[in-house]
Amino acid sequence: MRREHVLTTKELSRSDIEAVLDRAVDIARDPPDRSQYEDTILALLFFEPSTRTKMSFDTAMKRLGGTTVDLGPVGSSSVTKGESLADTVRVIEGYADGIVLRHPSEGAAKMASEFVDVPLINAGDGAGHHPTQTLLDLYTIRENVGFDDLSIGIMGDLKYGRTVHSLSHALTKLDARQHFISPESLRLPRSVRYDLHEAGANVREHTEIEDVLSSLDVLYVTRIQRERFHDENEYRKVAGQYHITPDLLEGADDDLIVMHPLPRVDEIAPDVDETAHAKYFQQAHNGVPVRMALLDLLLGGANK
Amino acid sequence: MTDHPTDNDRELRVSKIENGTVIDHVPGGQALKVLAILDIDGSTGETVSIGMNIPSEKLGRKDIVKVESRELSQNEVDVISLIAPDASINIIREFDVIEKSRVDRPATVTDVIACPNRNCITTQSEPVVSKFDVVDDGVRCIYCDTIVRDDLAEHIQTG
Ligand SMILES: [Zn+2]
Repeated sequence: MRREHVLTTKELSRSDIEAVLDRAVDIARDPPDRSQYEDTILALLFFEPSTRTKMSFDTAMKRLGGTTVDLGPVGSSSVTKGESLADTVRVIEGYADGIVLRHPSEGAAKMASEFVDVPLINAGDGAGHHPTQTLLDLYTIRENVGFDDLSIGIMGDLKYGRTVHSLSHALTKLDARQHFISPESLRLPRSVRYDLHEAGANVREHTEIEDVLSSLDVLYVTRIQRERFHDENEYRKVAGQYHITPDLLEGADDDLIVMHPLPRVDEIAPDVDETAHAKYFQQAHNGVPVRMALLDLLLGGANK
Repeated sequence: MTDHPTDNDRELRVSKIENGTVIDHVPGGQALKVLAILDIDGSTGETVSIGMNIPSEKLGRKDIVKVESRELSQNEVDVISLIAPDASINIIREFDVIEKSRVDRPATVTDVIACPNRNCITTQSEPVVSKFDVVDDGVRCIYCDTIVRDDLAEHIQTG
């Protein structure tokens, strides 16, 4: 895989995805020589707080032997003084060998990539895409249940959940069976349904988890945000319906894995953590080797 | 000419214009959207004639829009093609059709449609123009993926 930018999972082929995951497996076992990266600087531009994703990239770059620079806390930078994103990234590309961008607006990474020559990685653009989250999700899925004949349930806020959008685009490349479980008001947005339809994806939509649970290899849970609901009662009804407990998981396959991009609120009961189904902390840890692999492939320390 | 002769007879119900543009073979009922695309609301003084739901061999029912003293820009023609893919554009000088052309659906439209997603990067003060891919029956923002289908005319950038 040799790409300038990583903006969405739509543009990644199955072999691109597998190249990153294979590299991550290698890196986890045998990290590359740190001296390759001693002059490499990665800029972390987070226009929206996301401590974990930012720390994960920071850790990944440093574990490879490089260094990072960042904007500092949002609010203290020139951005709040009205500088455009296009100007910011054009300045930063002079400092760094690669840019990681998290921004609250959809399409921000795509636009920013048009202004820079260094590789740019989308670390989340509003309700749009979050491709590196998907890569670590896929890494976790592959190491636990494999990609063959995969049946996955994706549950929660499917409308605004960018991790869901990126994941479902990638799953179409793997010919997975995708079951989407959400309240009617939070179903997948039209643009994502359009893409899945165009890609000929194997997709079903449901409102009840019980309808599909027993057929799943993976249950991917996302947070339903209270502020999406005008009516507190409506929220309570829905939140209760999507609460995963050990009792509920009695109805699932023994090998089912439960994933979550974290942070969770109360959609997964704490006592699920003790079951063999729970893989969300492992999933979070996988962020570092997967991002190391991606940085290694994009910044090409070996080519220096 | 693919027009059935009776179509021409029926067009006479809509007054002839001396100079300007006739947009023919607009799907029945869509004429007001064409006017919206052309930013015509009656306040600017153009003489406009509209025929709506005229029986047509080809479309079943069609609309015709005749605009006096106005020729269309390529952008306007591109956008009209999105709601009226079979439209023909006739340029009239001194009551004669001097040029007749079909619209072509472009692959993309640039800087003509404002993205309706208020959280799209193109709606903020960035040095970037809107760009939409033309899809089956609408257009799609290349930045935020938002699909605009039914209410296309409302998002035409004016001025
Ligand atoms: Zn947009």
